[in-house]
Amino acid sequence: MGLYLSALGLCAAAVVAGALLPRRPRVAVAAMLGTAGCLVALAASLRVLVTGETVMYHTTQVLPFTGLSLSLDPLGAWFVMTSAVVGVAACVYLVGYAREGVASRTAMAMFMVFLLTLLAVPVASSVASFMFLWEMMALSSLLLILSDQARHGDARSAAIWYAVMTHLGAASILLGFLVMGAAGGGQEFAQLGVQASTMSPWARGFAFFLVLMGFASKAGAVPLHVWLPKAHPAAPSPVSALMSSSMVALGVYGIVRVGVDLLHGGSVWWWVVVALLGVASAFYGGLHATTSTDLKRLLAYSTIDVVGLVLIGVGAAGALNDSGLPGVAHVAMMAALLLVLAHAGFKGALFLAAGAVERATGTRDLDLLGGLIHSMPVTTLVVVVGAGSIMAVPTLSGFSSEWLLLQGLLHGFSATSTPTVIVMLLGVIALALTGGLTAVAFVKVVGIGFLGRARSPGAANAAEVAVTMRVAMIWLSVVAVAIGLVPGLLVAAVNRAASTGLARDSASPLDHGTGLVLTQLRGAIAPAALLGGLVVVMVVVVLLNTTMAQRRARRVDAWGCGRDVATPRMQYTATSFAEPLQRVFADVLRPQADVEVTHVAESRYYEQSLLYENRVVDVVEARGYRPIIDAVLRAGRRARGLQNGSINRYLALGFVAVVVALVVA
Amino acid sequence: MSVAFWYAAAATLLQVALVALGGPLLVGLMAKVKARSEGRVGAPISQPLRDLYKLAAKERLHARHASVVLGLAPMVVLASTAVAVAISPLVSTRPWLSSSADILVIVYLLLTGSAAAALGGLDAATAFGGMGASRAMTIGALAEPALLVAVVALSVQSRTSNLPGIVGATLAHPDWVLSPSRLLALGALVIVVIAETGRIPVDNPSTHLELTMIHEAMTLEYAGRELALVSLGEAMRLGLLFSLVANLFVPWGISTHRTAISLVAGAAFLALKATVVALGVVLIEVRSAKLRLFRLPELLAGGFVLSVLAVVTGLVAR
Repeated sequence: MGLYLSALGLCAAAVVAGALLPRRPRVAVAAMLGTAGCLVALAASLRVLVTGETVMYHTTQVLPFTGLSLSLDPLGAWFVMTSAVVGVAACVYLVGYAREGVASRTAMAMFMVFLLTLLAVPVASSVASFMFLWEMMALSSLLLILSDQARHGDARSAAIWYAVMTHLGAASILLGFLVMGAAGGGQEFAQLGVQASTMSPWARGFAFFLVLMGFASKAGAVPLHVWLPKAHPAAPSPVSALMSSSMVALGVYGIVRVGVDLLHGGSVWWWVVVALLGVASAFYGGLHATTSTDLKRLLAYSTIDVVGLVLIGVGAAGALNDSGLPGVAHVAMMAALLLVLAHAGFKGALFLAAGAVERATGTRDLDLLGGLIHSMPVTTLVVVVGAGSIMAVPTLSGFSSEWLLLQGLLHGFSATSTPTVIVMLLGVIALALTGGLTAVAFVKVVGIGFLGRARSPGAANAAEVAVTMRVAMIWLSVVAVAIGLVPGLLVAAVNRAASTGLARDSASPLDHGTGLVLTQLRGAIAPAALLGGLVVVMVVVVLLNTTMAQRRARRVDAWGCGRDVATPRMQYTATSFAEPLQRVFADVLRPQADVEVTHVAESRYYEQSLLYENRVVDVVEARGYRPIIDAVLRAGRRARGLQNGSINRYLALGFVAVVVALVVA
Repeated sequence: MSVAFWYAAAATLLQVALVALGGPLLVGLMAKVKARSEGRVGAPISQPLRDLYKLAAKERLHARHASVVLGLAPMVVLASTAVAVAISPLVSTRPWLSSSADILVIVYLLLTGSAAAALGGLDAATAFGGMGASRAMTIGALAEPALLVAVVALSVQSRTSNLPGIVGATLAHPDWVLSPSRLLALGALVIVVIAETGRIPVDNPSTHLELTMIHEAMTLEYAGRELALVSLGEAMRLGLLFSLVANLFVPWGISTHRTAISLVAGAAFLALKATVVALGVVLIEVRSAKLRLFRLPELLAGGFVLSVLAVVTGLVAR
């Protein structure tokens, strides 16, 4: 525990440094302390994952009445590791990135508080500690969203959405814990776990759904996702990276911790709901990612997509565990955890790259980018690796985890309970559909954003970003590649983390030969050997080529149908690239298109100008949330009528309130 | 070096060689049958191979605004397809890395190839390239899920997603071939294969009319060697998909014993089966008109629904 506590200590020192130091050394010193904290936390979590020993710590110095309880077990350690991996990158990136609002005392201090809570939430082992850290995480990230208001005019609205959703979620989680705590004395997680077996099934189910609402909203599960596509783009890029890869993952952590570990699984139906949330998120997130043109908004929706896949894994694991297939449940849970880590790697890298693009070009709109491969080769490479990983190109990280997820779902078909089998089927369908949608979205990101020619002066004059930013992006890309290429390294660790709370088999269902091998089920992949095959083919082609024809290609104009006036404006844009799919899924996306034609005065057969506008709004927000918000605002306006400034009326109202309170009580 | 090693090596090389030569020949055969059915003589069956040879020797031309991607994309297309060919159960159920020949590996290798082709199309900064890439990715995004789910339907029966495992299980249970689940999956796969190989009614491989062009638009900027690589990659993809359909549904003839004679027989049977599938596809081609681009999703959605039905039927029938 000493190692882990020193990590927290370093982060706390980073908070102090961020809050107190003067402008010049502030960012560098705080970032260095934060990086050191993350590296130490990484070591501490790896030690727990390797040895499998849980370490605990309790102090009464921090929180009044209850004290702070921490317990680093393999499940928590997995998420600490995830946060630490991204945390290192975010801190290093910050050195080159932080300017103006982001480099202010408040922002730097809050950034480090955010980092500290991300490392500490998965370790909290009592309700008070957990809720304290959870709220600190929410508040610090809220302030960080507001730190870059100068650049993002919509930051304030995003922050309000985020604040409301996260606090409703926190309230829901707290209520759930209260229901669990009501069964007996004690608020330590260990005690809650013991009490849970004495609770009635209904009380357990009620507690689980309350907690699930809160955690699912943090995880960005549809339909509780509305804050996410607003908050991620508005936050500074290192913060978005942390939010997307670590904070959102902590929502999943909460579901696993409470549902599997503390409440011991409960009924199949709980997990059916979790998996359905996952299916909805995967499909809806994937679809919106294909049509988004704002790079960070696209990444935010793709986060929802990946979280959906993770929730499918968690839901499948829970359902299979309750249906008497613990071995397969274990595989599904491992897939979910591996995907969390892989997502941290590639999505972290992609968000950081999005920040680099914004810094270099002044825009995140894919419709205005293009040609960045010539001016920003490193960033482009990072984006290609990230896109390949998320598209599950074999040998990269998304692939290993999605393969494992498919194995879990496929072998889950042998379950006897019908709801479980339906969950598996929906999971397979969602996995298949999002695979295609993700490919479109990320071919669009790379092909429109980085290839071709620049579509705006900003993109044309782009230059590669600061060294620290590049180093941070490369670090996360390396993580993303490594998880995919040698997933065997993590088998023992993910096995320990995934077995928390599940009915345990004696042997691990997963082994590593040259890749991943399922021991009790038939299935194996060897990513490194596949990569070897790809390389061999390419080398053969190159060798054949060098003997057959000249090496260098001659540069000529692209074919322009006999005209040589090809301008960058004639290229496909992100909007036009996604237009066919937008049309195919018009029933779900409900795109709004306006065409405004102005004719010349002389003849209405000739057009002077043409204005075409295409908008895809979030249907869930427009149809689900707007009516509620409008109703609340209306009620508020009506309640205003009670206040006319007359002291007599206020006294009368007070009197009535007291009477009502007395009568009711 | 054991017998197993040499056998696996021979099977892999034989598969790659057979598909690399057979793919273009299948393309030529289909063009020939199509020409004959239209009352023309048509080019010889070996024409695609001769075209490849000619292109490989021609000058390399790159568009002015293109990056390294234009040169790399054809290599990735070819390599991803070749690796998928190398590990799939085509001539034998035991080529190299056959334990990794999972559905997901094959589907995502194909998807990697599609993505690389689309990126190559976007790289030259032309309107055509973007148009082709956008359309091809849209069709891919709708077809690949159907492919995945259709093969999952087979793996529900065989309880493994490993393709050699599915083939082996089918050999052991011949009665599975005519099960409702298989037939539905076959229907879905036929639609997917037509979409993935760019045949009528999805795409017309012999058109250069911009309104209908899909795949050809992406490859417009390629010349010489790169065009040869892309064309070879596409022909191999066609060979792979036809062979997979044949072997997943009628696996007999595939080599399962480690003998040279069974390998040769396996290769002969594969050539025969793939030719039959090609003739079947060309029969659909000559008898149908190309669909409007925006009618395609209906066809592909139909394929997807068929594949889901195949899984459901398989689950119910268990």
